Order: sequence, then C-alpha cells, then structure tokens
Amino acid sequence: MSAITWDLDEPITDKRAVKEGQWVQCPACSETVFRRALEVNLMVCPKCDHHHRISGRLRVEQLVDTGTFEPINAHMAPMDPLVFTDTKPYLQRIADAQASTGENDGVQTGTAYVKGRRIMLAAMDFTFMAGSMGSVVGEKITHAIEHATDHDLPLIIVSCSGGARMQESGFSLMQMAKTSAALARFDRAGGLFISVLADPTTGGVTASFAMLGDVIIAEPRALVGFAGPRVIKQTIRQDLPDGFQTSEFLLKSGFVDRIVHRANLRTEIARLVDYAGK
Amino acid sequence: MFQLDFEQPILEIEHQIESMEARPDAARWADELAALRATRGSLIEKTYSGLTPWQTVRVARHPQRPQTLDYVDLMCRDFGQLHGDRRFGDDPAIVCGFCRIGPLKVMLVGHQKGRTTPERVACHFGCAHPEGYRKALLKMKLAEKFGVPIVTLIDTPGAYPGIGSEQRGQAEAIAYNLREMSGLRVPVVCIVIGEGGSGGALGIGVGDRVAMMRYSWYSVISPEGCAAILFKEANEKTNTHAAQALALTAADNARNGLVDAVIEEPNGGAHRDPRSAADRMQQWIVSNLQELQRIDPDTLVRLRFERFRRIGAVGQRIAPRS
Ligand SMILES: [Zn+2]
Repeated sequence: MSAITWDLDEPITDKRAVKEGQWVQCPACSETVFRRALEVNLMVCPKCDHHHRISGRLRVEQLVDTGTFEPINAHMAPMDPLVFTDTKPYLQRIADAQASTGENDGVQTGTAYVKGRRIMLAAMDFTFMAGSMGSVVGEKITHAIEHATDHDLPLIIVSCSGGARMQESGFSLMQMAKTSAALARFDRAGGLFISVLADPTTGGVTASFAMLGDVIIAEPRALVGFAGPRVIKQTIRQDLPDGFQTSEFLLKSGFVDRIVHRANLRTEIARLVDYAGK
Repeated sequence: MFQLDFEQPILEIEHQIESMEARPDAARWADELAALRATRGSLIEKTYSGLTPWQTVRVARHPQRPQTLDYVDLMCRDFGQLHGDRRFGDDPAIVCGFCRIGPLKVMLVGHQKGRTTPERVACHFGCAHPEGYRKALLKMKLAEKFGVPIVTLIDTPGAYPGIGSEQRGQAEAIAYNLREMSGLRVPVVCIVIGEGGSGGALGIGVGDRVAMMRYSWYSVISPEGCAAILFKEANEKTNTHAAQALALTAADNARNGLVDAVIEEPNGGAHRDPRSAADRMQQWIVSNLQELQRIDPDTLVRLRFERFRRIGAVGQRIAPRS
C-alpha cells in the first residue's frame, strides 16, 4: 500500500507568495498585474479574484487596525532536537528560511485591534518552510491561546500551512495535541475562537486547531484538507472530483461556516466578536 | 509465508529444529537439538538487539504481529464490542468495548488491521475513517460517564486518505478527539502496539501515560512518506535514512520525552510469543491505571494537559529584521 504522507505533497515553489518585481503573473488566470494594483487589492487578483498566498506579517497588516499589533514571543526560534538531516541539515534549512523571510519561524502572534475590538491574533506564514508546524509554531500558538484565555480575548488564528514539520518528527506531531488541549481549556473558559483558513491548510494543522474554531471561515478557493491530493490519488487509484478539497467543497460537506472574501475579513471578524465575544 | 530478510538465518535454524523434532528418533538427537536451540536464541538476540530503525518498522508491520483483537483474546475477559458512531456508520478499523483486564474494568479502544484478506480490506489495513475516530470518542465518553478508565491500543499506518474520509471530515474528527481526550475525567493510558502513523495514531493517543512496545514505531510521518518528499523517492536506502532521521523507535521516543515507557517484548518480537507480550502489556496497564485511579479528576486532567504542554524544543533568536 502507498505511504501515508502527512505534509502537503505538492511542489511548493510554483504557487508561493508573490515574488519580487513590478509585475506579477496571476497563477490562476495567468494575467499580468501591476504589483501596486495587486497590493492595494489585498493581494487578490483584480482580474479573477484569486487570493494570493501572503506572508504572516502582511496578513497581520491587512487584518488589524494600523499600528495596534503587539507581538508576543517574537524572538522564539527553532532548535534542532533530532539533529535532522535529509539532503540538507535542518539547521541549514532554518537559516535559509530565516534569511529569505527575515522571520524566526512560521507564525506571527500578538494582541491587536480589529475595528476597535481587542483580539488575540495568530497568523501563519507559508513563506517560512511552507508554514509547517514544528515546536515554535506549536508553542507560539499554544501561548497565544493561553494569553487569550487569561485575558478574555477573542482568538483569531489564520491558518496557512503544509502540515506538521517533518524535521521535528514526534515533536511536531505532539504540537497537535498541545494546541488542541489548550483550546479545550479556552473553550471551557467560554472564549470565542474564529479559525480562518487560507490557501493551503492541510495535514497536522487542519487536524488540530484549524478545525476547532467556534466559527470556521475560509477564503475563497483555498485548498483545505487532511491528506494531500497526490496521496489520495495514489491510494484510491482514481481521479479526484473537480473542486475537491477546496473551501467550497468543505462548505458543502459541512465543515466550514462561511466563505469570506479577503476584503470582508475585518468586517466579518468584528461582526462575530460583537455577537459571540466576551 | 511472510518473512523478513534479516530473519532469514533464524528461520533456517528454526526449520532445522522443526525437522529434527519431527523425526521418530528425535530423542537420540537431544544434545544436537539443545545446541541448535541455544544457537537460535543467541541469533535472535543478536539480530533483535541490532535492528536498525527501518528494520524495526518492518517488524512492527509483521503480519503475524499481534493486533488489538489478539491482545483482547490474550489479555481481556468478557470483551463485547460496541459498534458505530451513531452518525454515519461503523468503522472496523477501530474496535471498542468494555472488558476486564486483571482486576480492572476498562473501556478498550484500538486500531485493528485485520488478519485475513477480506478483514484487511474491510479495515483498510488499519487506516480509520472519520466515523472510526468518532466512534472511539463516543465510547470513551461513555466510559467517562461511568468512571471507567480507558485503554487505547495504537496500530495504524495513518488515517485513511480518500474522498469519503475528506468529505466526512477526517481532519475535524481527529482534531476533535485531540481536544476532547485532553479533558476526559477518567484515567487514559495509550500503547503503541505496532505502527504509530502520525495524526491517525494520535487521534486515539492523548493519554495520561503513553507507552510503546519495544518494536513499534511512532512518528509524524511514515519513513516512506518522508523519503518520498525529502528524497523524491522511497526505496530501501532512502527509507533506511528517513527511519533513522525521524527518531521513530520506542527508544528514541522515550529518550525525547515523547512517550513515558517502553514495554519490553519477548526475545525476537511479539510475533514470536504473543502470550508473553500480552502479559507484559497487561502488567504495565494494570499498575499504571491503579496509580492513576488514585488521582482526583481535576488533577488528572491538569496533569494530562501539562504532560503535553511541556513538549517542544524552542530557543531564542534576536536578529535585526532586514
Ligand atoms: Zn487572476
């Protein structure tokens, strides 16, 4: 039988967050768009509405009231508990990712205001090792949940991840249990958790906190699933239906509450906080 | 018959012993038999003490290796399966039921891979669907309601990757189990008996104590899956490398503080002597549950949370942003 692959099993180079340059080609409609036009449109293609992948830092900027984000654990950085080496040492991969992104690891966490409502925010960063969850991502998200619990804040987590980080093996796996257990306490304390799913949300992130929102919102046409499409195809030996594992598929299957355009995300969050926040 | 390549010399000796024992004049060969048995014993010991992580994975997948229902036969009394998730159906890849282990009443929950070919197909080789995880949680909640402690036996290559499983919320089912198991107000002990494949294993693996059988594996991904992603190809060489790198053996996981105990297996693995493997497992279950039963539920839940809360390797890095 085929191997069960946990991580996102597609090449991550072709659909990554938009690269440098004045002009950007849309991976969905292939139109070339002036970068500035894309930026003012929240990195959503003005021609076809494709929601580009964005960094955690840009996500925070787009989501919160200007200048209100106060990061926590900003200096937390990965170690290499297993001295993992594949074709490259893990420490080298970390250093490369840190150099190319300027970030310490794959998630931004902190308090902020959204339309005047104080919230706890975690925004995952696909540009850092495919947004994979290792110890740092798990720890920062757990700490964010605990901070929200202690301070009665609505919790917003924007997921965007290829899954658990293989290079930390069992340590990564256990972050699923750790974050979910912290959410159990948050839930018992009566906190509101809005889970936002961005393209892509797969593997160990989907199978832990991303699917535990009181309300689950997805951006349009995001890839959201447990197993990677290629692994499923190999296992069942048939083609996958059109639109399989998209936000729209999950909405229809009953696992997403709403699909919200990036331009409406702030309004939607503020609205939910008014109904369900403390 | 199935055999592992590195067991070949052992199997040859076993074959010699068997044919000698079958002779009508076997009594005349008593000394030779004793010598062969001694050679067999030391050969098994030598082979098994030097298993590579990849070889360990292959022992963990041995078709004769005891599965959940074998341990039920060897270790439990009065087991009666409780089927179904009351939502969609009944997944045979996870079995549940009340039973007695030693002096204790417990709820037993475990992956089942199946023995015969039709069984294996029905169980999807131990790869559970969402309804399996939902059934498991439903029965665990039942146990919680009546103060019955829970034992889970983990043995899966991973949760099933298919169209139906995605449609019915595989990720949600596992996530919800992780959250809810962390709050169960009865003792929960978990044992990886064979394969601990990623989220599919963890989906019934959030307990107060987690143990691994000596020749089981537990990791975020299978060696083949890891090799296919990192080395673009899963073969003997890359699988060996990946298994080593993933630190997936019982000894590795214990050393890294991810599991609390390693349960020894009989010389040459549980498939050689399921009875003695079951005895050791029973001992571990009973002594740990008896200890945990003395803890009040609030403390129990807090300690379970803290057990998982601790896990992670993080450092600090202060670097100017470019
Ligand atoms: Zn476009």
